[in-house]
Amino acid sequence: MNPLPLKARFFVAAVVLAAAPLPVIAAIRGWDDLSLVDCVALGLLLVLTDSIVARGSHDLAKIALSSVISSACLPLVGGWGTILLASTTVIAYDPQPFIKRVFNASQMTLAAAAAAGTFALLGGEAIRPDSFPYLLLPFLAALGAHCLVNGTLVAGIVSLYQGVPVKIVFHGTMAGSIPGYVGYGLFGLLLAVLWDEDGAGVGPTAAILLLLPLFVARWAYAQYAEEQRAYDRTVRALMTAVETKDLYTRGHSERVSAASVLIARVIGMREDRVQSLRYAGMLHDVGKLGVPTRVLQKNGGLTEGEFASIQLHPVQGVEIIREIEFLDEAVAGIQHHHERLDGRGYPMGLAGDDIPEFARVIAVADAFDSMTTTRSYRGARTVSEAMTELRRCAGDQFDPRMVEALVTAIDEHGWSPDETPAYAPPADEPFDQEARAFDHDDPTSALFRDRTS
Amino acid sequence: MSRSPRRLDDAGNTGLFVIAAAGALLAVASVVVTASPGGFVDVRTAVAFAAFIAFGELVRITLPGGRDAAPIATAGALAYTLLTRMPADDPDHGALQVVAVCACAMLVGVGPHVVVGRAPSIDTLARRLLTIGVAAGLFRGTGLDERAMDMREAGLAVVMVAVVVATLCVDAVLTAVVRAGADRAPFRAVLRNEVVAQAGIGSAIGATGALIALAATIMGVWALPVFVVPLLLTQFSFRRYAAIRESSLQTIRALSRVTELGGYTETGHSRRVSQLSVAVGRELGMNDTELRDLEYAALMHDIGQLSLAEPIPGGATVVAAPIDQRRIAALGADVIRQTGVPDDVAAIVDMQAEPYRRAHETQRSEVPLASRIIKAVNAYDDLVGDSPEVSRHLEALERLRLGMAYEYDPTVVECLSSTVERASRLGV
Repeated sequence: MNPLPLKARFFVAAVVLAAAPLPVIAAIRGWDDLSLVDCVALGLLLVLTDSIVARGSHDLAKIALSSVISSACLPLVGGWGTILLASTTVIAYDPQPFIKRVFNASQMTLAAAAAAGTFALLGGEAIRPDSFPYLLLPFLAALGAHCLVNGTLVAGIVSLYQGVPVKIVFHGTMAGSIPGYVGYGLFGLLLAVLWDEDGAGVGPTAAILLLLPLFVARWAYAQYAEEQRAYDRTVRALMTAVETKDLYTRGHSERVSAASVLIARVIGMREDRVQSLRYAGMLHDVGKLGVPTRVLQKNGGLTEGEFASIQLHPVQGVEIIREIEFLDEAVAGIQHHHERLDGRGYPMGLAGDDIPEFARVIAVADAFDSMTTTRSYRGARTVSEAMTELRRCAGDQFDPRMVEALVTAIDEHGWSPDETPAYAPPADEPFDQEARAFDHDDPTSALFRDRTS
Repeated sequence: MSRSPRRLDDAGNTGLFVIAAAGALLAVASVVVTASPGGFVDVRTAVAFAAFIAFGELVRITLPGGRDAAPIATAGALAYTLLTRMPADDPDHGALQVVAVCACAMLVGVGPHVVVGRAPSIDTLARRLLTIGVAAGLFRGTGLDERAMDMREAGLAVVMVAVVVATLCVDAVLTAVVRAGADRAPFRAVLRNEVVAQAGIGSAIGATGALIALAATIMGVWALPVFVVPLLLTQFSFRRYAAIRESSLQTIRALSRVTELGGYTETGHSRRVSQLSVAVGRELGMNDTELRDLEYAALMHDIGQLSLAEPIPGGATVVAAPIDQRRIAALGADVIRQTGVPDDVAAIVDMQAEPYRRAHETQRSEVPLASRIIKAVNAYDDLVGDSPEVSRHLEALERLRLGMAYEYDPTVVECLSSTVERASRLGV
């Protein structure tokens, strides 16, 4: 693990110092009104859920379980109790370094204090038979305050640690997790209603009833993540099988996919489209199997007929993948990846902007990879030679914007296709934003990943 | 798992007909009784729950395994059934009012789906309504709700759980009746399958229903909007999971055709083998997981041919030498192990060329049922192709029968021939 930069150390110290007096004050001020049974039960649940999940992973369960419990605290044990309980998470079982645990507990305490303040300010009180709907507003506002403080502090430390602007981290961490946060926070309100003696009065066993739906949600989430990985491997393995026919193109599909994604990120493509493009790049040559092997591996010039059979491969590829519903935009990309900007490409001779964006991206990535790898008729060119060649053909054959995007991306990241992450996490995952933002390649970046709850 | 083939048989499915008719009858009867003067009570609560149920029906999902489900609507209906106390005024609607409210709400929620041409099958709607009818009858029809009013909260929770469990069992049985009829699968195997499927999501839906009813004792109808958000999140997880499962299947179906494109196999071969294999497997009582593995394995059973330098003439592995068959199987299994499908699929493909019983072997060899099915169905399709001629079908079956007990599993061959005969009778 890299040592924390000096600024980050100051930040951690400031947060810990700000939070440290809070539990003491809370204990002194709130002690008389605290229901000891509720506090102990909630505290145990909080530490338990925190521990279970810390050992498991940073998935949905983390956010779901502990944020359900912590948001149930407000109406059940009041503001002081909530602050006190938040600070107890420091004793949760957690394999992370001690300083990290202290920081996490501190930022949770500060967030709890913000929530408690907001709740009290807006007239939030304990649950009574006539509390609803009046309790909803302070409760939702308190959730918002908690979320805001928690997100800011986590984004702050990550930004200082990784040197990424705080705005970007905040956006990446928060934007997607808010629905999950509010949703499971509301589950916390329900827990409070069921638990409270003045509410439905089921007591702590209410937690068990609530756990069932949460457990199912967690299960579905885990299944999804697993299935997504399996899906990736399936597409890749099948493409490898298809590529066995032509020794020189081994790994080509995967590299084209990686280069396409590089281009897409530079031109600012939306994340879900990037994922679709990733598959399009992977599958762009699936139709090549229809081309006889001797044509593919032929060294000299091609006859008219042979050339025609090569020209057919984008269409044959589309024939195969047309039924895969979620690839809709990818289909156009595959069909037209051999079109040229001047209209002299195949299979349809589209020109300029008539060529779908995906196809223009894949065309550049495809050409780049075939130039930088060894082919039957020549050795591999260097990256800079390939760049020059791409630039020369920009305008006639390739979209100059895509060529420049590739140049920019490779200037910035370099080109080492074997190290390119083959699996990018799903784009639309609201619960896993932290993992996506910090988990990427660098194993040490997991440092503060799972503390937005 | 694709359920498309089962619709073919729906016409002759008496179980489905009885359930649909009973559901419709119950709906009409309860609406008539409730609409009569003095029959409809607590209008405000009824409307709130109806809106919740209609919304749940609107956002219904298809669960993995092709089960059509409306978890939010079902939870709402259960909650309305179990509702005994509210802050302002205790509700005292009867069992028939529950059914009437649910029926109307379901109709409203289904409306937009029908407009865009995605109407749910009639049996799922009827089944959901009958299930709610049973729950309402149990709880509100027997006076249990009156007694529950006097219970302590914990006791109330126990009663609610009992009603929910009974309801889930009824639902599993009704679903199994419909499915066993449609898929021509043994009832016990289907029922076991349904119970397993219910145990997870069903219990979560049931618990949610009970929770809403309990929370409504304090929050009143405000419990409904508060519950909607977390429920939608949960459902979102499920929907996405189901979607990626479906994409996986579509992708493997699509990519299984690369062998056809390369001229290794005949057009449509892998798809026909997979459909027929799944039909046979279902009739032999395989569960959902086994059927999915079987389908994947059947789709990819020839993928090993991609590693051959030259295609086998006509792609028919049945005419290849046994040693080549085994080599293709092993090569295919190697490819499949690299993919993300379960390892069982690779094992099935690996064993697909093994004879049912090897010579000089007294003990029955451990060839998985799925491999035995693929072996027989593959041979059958290699011999028949997409030819519609009846004589070729008969010849192919005859040839399989000759190889029975040694090359092919007799049970599988018998099941295959009855499946094929039924399909040709129906003109499929």
